[in-house]
Amino acid sequence: MKRSVFIASMIATAVLSFGGTVLEYKGFVTSAQEKPASTAEVKIDNFSFGPAAVTVPVGTTVTWINRDDIPHTVVSTERVFKSKVLDTDEKFSYTFTKLGEYPYFCSIHPKMTGKVVVQ
Amino acid sequence: MAHKTKDEILHDHNNDGVDRRGFLKCMAWAGTGAFCVLQGGVLKSYSMSRLAEMNPENMKGELSFVQISDSHMGFNKPANPDVAATLQVAVDKINALSAPPEFLLHTGDISHLSKPEEFDSVEQILKSASAKDVFYVPGEHDVLNDDGKQYHERFGKGAQPGGWYSFEKKGVHFVGLVNVMNLKAGGLGTLGNEQLEWLEKDVKHLKSSTPIIVFAHIPLWTVYPEWGWGTEDSAQALAYLKKFGSVTVLNGHIHQTMQKVEGNVTFHTACSTAFPQPKPGEAPSPGPMKVPAEQLRSVLGITDVNYVAGQHALAVVDSTLA
Repeated sequence: MKRSVFIASMIATAVLSFGGTVLEYKGFVTSAQEKPASTAEVKIDNFSFGPAAVTVPVGTTVTWINRDDIPHTVVSTERVFKSKVLDTDEKFSYTFTKLGEYPYFCSIHPKMTGKVVVQ
Repeated sequence: MAHKTKDEILHDHNNDGVDRRGFLKCMAWAGTGAFCVLQGGVLKSYSMSRLAEMNPENMKGELSFVQISDSHMGFNKPANPDVAATLQVAVDKINALSAPPEFLLHTGDISHLSKPEEFDSVEQILKSASAKDVFYVPGEHDVLNDDGKQYHERFGKGAQPGGWYSFEKKGVHFVGLVNVMNLKAGGLGTLGNEQLEWLEKDVKHLKSSTPIIVFAHIPLWTVYPEWGWGTEDSAQALAYLKKFGSVTVLNGHIHQTMQKVEGNVTFHTACSTAFPQPKPGEAPSPGPMKVPAEQLRSVLGITDVNYVAGQHALAVVDSTLA
């Protein structure tokens, strides 16, 4: 009895963590042979990037969406990518094809910083 | 560490209800503006409610001008869907002043998204002001997407290539600075070495008795670094101005009035003509404050500045659009 409860809770945990992965990288969980495009989303809200750091596999397209009343930009500190100014509800996407860490900021409000880690 | 209670006055030298430390709290909201006189580097401040007791003659001088700021033409969200209308109200207010200003200073964020039609609208509305000359400095919203190319073409005639410049009016030396370009991740506003070197040369030949007025978009003192409300290298700029008896710094960016005195320097920020922003740290972010429509004009405004020759005195009067 105790053993089956333990197994059941293990399964529940596995499902939960699997669910978390699905949320983070939409599309990544489908069959590896098809090599579907992996995506991730970063929301700009209240003058901050959320989540401030995302870790994604190579080939992931990250999309930033501005949910603020004020325009923002997404600019790589090393100038790898640079968005035009994003007004409310506008989006910017960039596909990361190389491993590495990509710090970025809003060039209008430079206190806003974030990071994409590609591994 | 002892904390003073809210609004407690520690040193009320001028018997005006405002102490030096208290200036950071001296924010003119909802019609409680401040009338300020600078004498030999010491600022006297009176609340707008006491202006009736003041002799109107004291507000007259050899030179008067009005600072407007942050018109954000193109912004159309709560609490102000019509920023053109509130800019027009600001102009009407300017035109109703008993001492007509000689010119206007616009301390940046002329536009919201650097669109040509936004700049057009502001220029068009300001044409109805009694004062015909407008001196601009850019805000970060005016240099989006093109590194300020469009701004410089429109407003930068006669300025240095970077957009900064100086001019004289009746013995007062005005310096317009640019601190919204090449901002670094995690940092504040920046002037940069090239501009600082220019400033040093620009003021070197001036007599120390020359009144100096510096205007720039982002505050040249650290108001609230957590929200980027300050300028990284402003201390270097102020060091070049140490020898002068009277220095006044006029800024925008934070959409509220605030004053501070530090030695010979008086700092002052102006209201926006478009929308208010929260007091430092009193909201999760510095985003636009949504206020009821009937209150909007009481949190927007203009700043009227009068200079009286020989007194080293500047009278700075904030008034709301209400």
